[in-house]
This record gives sequence, structure tokens and C-alpha cells, in this order.
Amino acid sequence: MKIPGLFWGQFRRDGALALRQPGELANPLAFFVLVITLFPLGVSPESAVLAPLAAGVLWIAALLSTLLGLEGLFRRDRDEGTLEQLVLHGEPLVLAVLARLLVHWLGTGLPLTLLAPVLGAMLALPEEARWPVTAGLALGTPILVLLGGVGAALTVSLRSGGVLLALLVLPLFIPVLILGVSVAELAVAGLPTAPVLAWLGAGAALALVTAPFAIAGALSIAVETG
Amino acid sequence: MNFESFSAFLAMGGHGPYVWSCYGLTLAVLLFNGLAPGRRQRRFLREQRARQRRQEQPQEQA
Amino acid sequence: MKVPAPLVRLWHRLGSPRWFFETTAPWLPWLLGFGVVLLGAGAFWGLALAPADYLQGNSFRIIYVHVPAAILAQSCYMLMGTCGVVLLVWRMKLADMVLEAAAPIGASFTALALVTGAVWGKPTWGTWWAWDARVTSMLILLFLYLGIIGLRQALARPEAAGRACAILAIVGLVNIPIIKYSVDWWLTLHQPSTFKLTEKPAMPPSMWIPLLLSVLGFYALFIWSVLQSTRVVVLERERRTAWVQNFAAEQGSKA
Repeated sequence: MKIPGLFWGQFRRDGALALRQPGELANPLAFFVLVITLFPLGVSPESAVLAPLAAGVLWIAALLSTLLGLEGLFRRDRDEGTLEQLVLHGEPLVLAVLARLLVHWLGTGLPLTLLAPVLGAMLALPEEARWPVTAGLALGTPILVLLGGVGAALTVSLRSGGVLLALLVLPLFIPVLILGVSVAELAVAGLPTAPVLAWLGAGAALALVTAPFAIAGALSIAVETG
Repeated sequence: MNFESFSAFLAMGGHGPYVWSCYGLTLAVLLFNGLAPGRRQRRFLREQRARQRRQEQPQEQA
Repeated sequence: MKVPAPLVRLWHRLGSPRWFFETTAPWLPWLLGFGVVLLGAGAFWGLALAPADYLQGNSFRIIYVHVPAAILAQSCYMLMGTCGVVLLVWRMKLADMVLEAAAPIGASFTALALVTGAVWGKPTWGTWWAWDARVTSMLILLFLYLGIIGLRQALARPEAAGRACAILAIVGLVNIPIIKYSVDWWLTLHQPSTFKLTEKPAMPPSMWIPLLLSVLGFYALFIWSVLQSTRVVVLERERRTAWVQNFAAEQGSKA
């Protein structure tokens, strides 16, 4: 089989599996909306207070809900033994990893990005920042999934790796958070946002060509050492 | 010498508590990093000797 | 490119933990001696002889422990990232042992830099904590250290833990400059750079020579601690080999 064939075959299998359990896909999204609901209640419902916080709240909620979805990224494969097959099969593991991450992003990062304009309006996000922030999320959430995948792969053999996973990946998410929130500030100030969005795009490209190899390496360690 | 008396040296122009607590903490961290491996090594050697004795005993009885 | 023969020989020898254990033993007292003398001289000079800063008064003398701790915190992470590469590429066991030994020491220097920075901030900025770019990067570095330590403790098998920590250390090493630049950029966007802790237009020699001495002293004491700690890890990992068993028996008969 050719490389695209391998990738799409894996993509279709993972996609079908994910669609069979829509609850698992919906949970991080529900969490995302819930966190955003908590902020007006916990801070203030007044739009004057919410507006400057809105982009930060959206991004932190995105970070946390991505984190929540990560634990299950490779867990079931490990429990069912399919991870072992993938690693030992001789197929390029990187392709299988990429397919899995793409399915995961389509199930979490993409809907989260699509929801952002609506939730932004609920948080009184200034109108001129709405589309730049959404574009930032579209470029930034793939980075979160890719970097988070490294943490998920490193902790895949742990029974309760959740807190450790957060400790491993949240510091790595910080640059994405900073760039994502600054897009909103620049937009509100009437400054061009394209340079920062370009940085996010560059980060996504860099993560796309490096992170899958780290993930594949971490997964083979988990399999080889039991 | 930058200070006129020893008490002036200790007082650091009113910044004494800040300066000396930093130096004290540094000393504590350096001491801990330097001494902890020694303690760990002594404990390891004690346990290792106990392990080796346990391994030798059955052979002597046989 | 041809690598000089002595370097090749050293490289092969580094593959043997036993060689490392036996060779480094005589280095330890020297490192301790250099460290104590250099740091002692630097601290005495900095505390008693250097002139007070014209703006900060005597609180600036914290620089002689704060800056070396911060430098070592970063150097130690670089060391760990390098060890990670060596472990994954050449499967050198010793690299993993250094990686294990260095992590808590690096974390302790990072925490020390943060705490001394906070104590210094109180008389200088009037607050214990300010979201200054260096402080923030240092805090994130501490989280990176805690992640590596946590991962090693969570994974039971030493081999799996070593290689997983190596991957994490490399990922962290690649990300540190990215984190640093993004934090710098973010905070210059938010506040004019009035908070500058260590950047002085020109320090007179009576101020920077003691700083140099104490940085060198910190390096010597850091190497001393890491070597000692690595040696214990060597013993623990190699405890089934004959040479460790002989060593333990010898030490026992001496005691």
C-alpha cells in the first residue's frame, strides 16, 4: 500500500470508531461551554468587565478542554492491544499517529473553533476581535492537539495519568495561549493581526512535522517496555 | 571594606533581612544538594549488604 | 570529519558506568574545594567589599546568589536535553543516569532563583511578585522540571522512564526558546520595560568580578552535586553486577 492509502485507511478506521461513541467527542465540548458559562457567573455578567477578559477565557477554556480529551487519545488502543499491533506492524507508526490526531482534532478542536464566535458573543468579545480570535483558534488548536499528543503518549501506560499529563503539557501550551490572546488585543487596538496569525501558522507547521515523531517514539517505548 | 562596622554589615542599610535570607536559603539549597547523595549512598550500601548476606546464607547451609 | 582519537576513546569509556564511577571519585574533593573557595570569595567580595548600588542600595547584593542560580537552572536543563539526545541516539546508559540525577538539582536551583528573585523584588519593586519576563520564564522552567521528575516517578520501569524522560527533556529544550521569546514579547506588549532586575548599563569591575567568581563557584558545586548524585544512581542501577557487590562489601568491612 502507498503512504496516502495507509494514512486514509487508518483515518477511516479511527473516524468510524470515534463516530460510534459520540459521547466521548461531545464531553470536551460540553466542558468547553460549561467553563465559559462559569466565568460570567464567577466574575461579573457586565459586558464592560467581560469584554477585556473574553479572549483569554475562550483560550483557557480551549486549553483545558483539549487537555481533558487527551487522556483517551491512545488509552483504548493500549487497553485493547491495538497499539502493540500498530507499533510492531512495521507500518510507519507516524502515519497512524497523524491519522489519529487528525480525527481527534476534527472531533474536538474544529467544533470548538466553530463554537467560538457564538460563545465570544456571550462573553461580550469585541466584535472586531471575533474573526481574528476564531482564526487563531483554528490555527492554534492543532498545535495543542499535537503537543498534547506527546504528553498523552508519554503517559499512556499510566493508570491515572491525568494530573501528570496536565503538568507535562500545560507549560508547553503557554506560547499558543499568549499568541492566541494577543490576536484579540491587537484586533481591539486596530492593529494588524496577520503577523501573529502567521506565527501561529508557523508553529502549527513546525509541530506538524516534529510532534508525530516524538509521539511515535513515546508510543513505541510504552509498547517495548510493557 | 564598604561597611564601617560589623553591625552595619549585618544591617545592610535596612536591607539586612532580605539579603541574609537569600544567602541563607542559597546555603541551605547547596548543602542539601551536596549532602543528599551521600545519605542516599549510605542507605543503598546498607541495603545492598543486607541483600548480599541474604543471598549468601542459603549457600552456606547447603 | 575526523574525530580525534582521545575523544573517541573517552566516548567509548563513557559507555561504562563502572569506569565513570571509578574515574570521578578523585574529582569530588577538588570540585568541592574550588566551589567553596570561588563562591566564598565571590560572596565575601559581593557582600562586604563591593560598593552599594546607587539606586537599590545594599539589596542588590542578592545578585551574587540570584543570578548564578538562574544561570545554573538554565544550564542544567540544557544538560538534561543533551543527555536526552545522547540516550535516544546512542542508547548510552550513563546519559539516563545523569538525566535522573540532574533533574531535582536543576529544579532546586530554579526554585532558589525564583525565591531569591521574589525577596529581591520586595525592596526593589515594592512587591514580592511581578509578572516580569524573566520571572515568568523561570516559573515555567520550574514546571518543566517538575514534569520530568513526575514522569520518572510515575513510570515504574527504569528503562521506560529514562527514554520517556529523554523525549520530554528534548521537547522541553526545543520549547524553551519559544516560551522565552513569547513571554518576553507578551510582557513588553503590556508594560514598558521599567522592571529590569539585572541589566545595568555598565557594572564596574568591583561589582561584576565577584559575580563572575560566584557563578564559577556555583558551577563547580553544581557539577559536584550532579556527579555525586549520578554515582549513587550508578550503584543502584548496577547493583546486580559483581563490581558493585564487591564495592558494597569493601565499604562494609571498612565501616
